[in-house]
Amino acid sequence: MKLSRRDALAVGIGGMALAVLAPAAYAAAEDAAIATFTGGAALGTGGLTLTLPEIAENGNTVPVSVDAPGAVAIMILAPGNPTPEVATFNFGPAAGSQKAGTRMRLAKTQDVIAIAKMSDGKFVKVTSTVKVTIGGCGG
Amino acid sequence: MASNVTPRVKVPATAKVGDVITIKTLISHPMISGQTKDKDGKPIPREIINRFTCDFNGKNVIDMTLDPAISTNPYIEFDAKIDAAGDFKFTWYDDDGSVYSDSKTIALG
Repeated sequence: MKLSRRDALAVGIGGMALAVLAPAAYAAAEDAAIATFTGGAALGTGGLTLTLPEIAENGNTVPVSVDAPGAVAIMILAPGNPTPEVATFNFGPAAGSQKAGTRMRLAKTQDVIAIAKMSDGKFVKVTSTVKVTIGGCGG
Repeated sequence: MASNVTPRVKVPATAKVGDVITIKTLISHPMISGQTKDKDGKPIPREIINRFTCDFNGKNVIDMTLDPAISTNPYIEFDAKIDAAGDFKFTWYDDDGSVYSDSKTIALG
């Protein structure tokens, strides 16, 4: 196929449009994950602590912990990853506290989100920025 | 199927009634995210542990959903409330259908 100048221009513009759309696609995946968890309920603040390092040298293993007294479930999201979901903790009747920790992968510097479902049915959200030196999702 | 999957769990040997104890678990598993490619450029299919549960004397302590963003050799730390002596049962569920389990006994003292 021979590209005329006009075609070449159209391809260029198309490429740029895709590049602009890509972050929007990420945001959609994140919103969908939040909607699945909350059922579209409004997100409040307070009562939820998200503990993360300020700078993660290795994105392959970033320690993360969440603490929300009175929560029944806590979800962690990393919107900058290929898939935003990280983990969901559901606390049972024998839980000693609504606190849990794990280690996660972060592809790049981003705002990590935690959302807790409280026992009264309300949802609270907190975000925290992590600077990632070496991304950890393979490639 | 992932080979050499070994669960390791740290639970105090004794506790008093009403104590809140911290449990630490680690399981060796590659947690293949599905985002990586082999040397021919073909994607390596996802194979992770997708769920972890802990029960104490039949009562649920934590039920966790794991997604591909959890690191290799998943480490999980959480608290449990002790109201009697008894057994903790830990279960990990693999994408391939395998189930790995471990148990620990705690005494009052």
